[in-house]
Amino acid sequence: MACIEARGLRKTYGSTVALDGVDLRVEEGRILGIVGPNGAGKSTALNAILGLTPYQGELKVLGRDPWTERDRLAAEVSFIADVAVLPRWIRVSQALDYVAGVHPRFDRAKAEGFLAKTDIKRSSKVRELSKGMVTQLHLALVMAIDAKLMVLDEPTLGLDILVRKQFYDSLLNDYFDQSRTIVVTTHQIDEIQDVLTDFVFVHRGRIVLESSMEAFESRYLESMVNPENLAAARALGPIHERQVFGRSILLFDGADRRQLAALGDVRSPSIAELFVAVMGREAGETQGAPA
Amino acid sequence: MNPSTTESPASPLDPQPQATASPVATRPFYWSVRRELWENRSLYIAPLIVTALVLFATLLGMFRLPGKMRALPADPAAAHAVVVRPFSLAPAPVMLATFLVGLFYSLDALYGERRDRSILFWKSLPVSDRTTVLSKAAIPLGLLPLIAFALSVATFFVLLALSTAVLWVSGVGPALLWTEVRFVQEPLIMLYGLTVHSLWFAPIYAWLLWVSAWARRTPVLWAALPLAIPLVEKLAFQTSYFGALLKYRVTGAMAEAFAVSPQRGGSGTLDGLSQLTPVRFLTAPGLWLGLALAALFLAAAVRLRRNREPI
Repeated sequence: MACIEARGLRKTYGSTVALDGVDLRVEEGRILGIVGPNGAGKSTALNAILGLTPYQGELKVLGRDPWTERDRLAAEVSFIADVAVLPRWIRVSQALDYVAGVHPRFDRAKAEGFLAKTDIKRSSKVRELSKGMVTQLHLALVMAIDAKLMVLDEPTLGLDILVRKQFYDSLLNDYFDQSRTIVVTTHQIDEIQDVLTDFVFVHRGRIVLESSMEAFESRYLESMVNPENLAAARALGPIHERQVFGRSILLFDGADRRQLAALGDVRSPSIAELFVAVMGREAGETQGAPA
Repeated sequence: MNPSTTESPASPLDPQPQATASPVATRPFYWSVRRELWENRSLYIAPLIVTALVLFATLLGMFRLPGKMRALPADPAAAHAVVVRPFSLAPAPVMLATFLVGLFYSLDALYGERRDRSILFWKSLPVSDRTTVLSKAAIPLGLLPLIAFALSVATFFVLLALSTAVLWVSGVGPALLWTEVRFVQEPLIMLYGLTVHSLWFAPIYAWLLWVSAWARRTPVLWAALPLAIPLVEKLAFQTSYFGALLKYRVTGAMAEAFAVSPQRGGSGTLDGLSQLTPVRFLTAPGLWLGLALAALFLAAAVRLRRNREPI
């Protein structure tokens, strides 16, 4: 059974289409990154998965319909929206009490263990903690929940790089295992590239690219081409081209590595570079299309 | 007093754990109510301050008590009224304070969590929208009346003890006080009064909760909108049905649940169980219509909370 299965998922707000027929299948034990520009429909997709918003089309999360079975699903799914949602008035001890009191799968000792590694005092209120500490607290609470699916919506927004790195390190080392699934949206794609097993690019409510990391690494190549080889390289059909210090960097989809090596330095691109290429193409298509 | 320092949640008063197929029994309703107390400490601090002020004021008034007791009117009914009046009046400010606290609480209950986005955190936990809304409704409808009752009874007995001591020391003697003040009936009447008002005002609190779940901004203005309807009605139709309806909702509990006959001279004391009219109250259509309306508003608030996003 897939952890998440969506077919023809649609959501509109008035005349704005937030999700325009999304098909998505996430297997158990994967870490999926959802990447897209602002307003692409990432959060809407997550809200639909969490049962926070009604939708059209078919959607099953852990075999349940998230909208009609939200209350039961909520016990099996954990969720961090962003760092700013922990109530500012709550004390650390109260947050532990509350989650322990309402969540059947919360392991208080585990949360206390995570907190013991930080400087967070039990008696502190959230408003007295630094942004990084609030994130650590939220993560401690959520990682102590034995959930099958964890959904992270921009979990590291506004945090400095040390905290962001720490966040994903603890997520991978202390939480993730093969029986869990994580879905994450973020703007800092480069930082989580090594964390992900799969990613999708979302644009205007549609999935424009979907790939596992293995497939991505074997399929896409980037070549820094010397000017004299540019014409030859262009003939191989790059999907994107950009200029850096007077040299051209060309991105290829499914090109032959040896062939490229003859024209310049070849390396694997980052997801961010592929994202820029794909989004540039999408924008071009939209501009070219009749209004 | 601060509940945040209490570590052990064990209490026999807790509601039954919800039936879930989970390994650990959870008590979402109980913890949701406790959460409200953590967030809104004014729920008990404001009534406590008012109680303290009332006790301070009565303490100052104690100096006049011996003189008052020496110069009682000859008419026994009038004398009774003079003796018991402080005991009937003292709890009133506390009850009024809890009523006002309840209004402000309800108006913010489902609005504040959307404004500060913490609704996203609450919704990430397995607590249903119904449990959340009902736990918030339980604050003005159940918890605040209980707080008011506890403080009123405390005020009543502190007042009784103080008066007794003062009369003793002054040489008047507390005998008359103890025969006139009905210290069993008064607390019972307070409990009755708080219960009927809680039921009678339920649609008001439910309306405020609904507004707080619905409004995108300035819930207080939307909540006060019904107060403008009588004016519109008067201007448009020269009638005042809605105004009468509102007035009945505010004063109806006293009118339906008590038989107070303010005679001339007497000030309409309320300290006899015979003055309670529970049957008339329970058969008043206004009560049941109000409760039905309250249920409707709460159900609508649950639906809204399910659909609403942070603002």
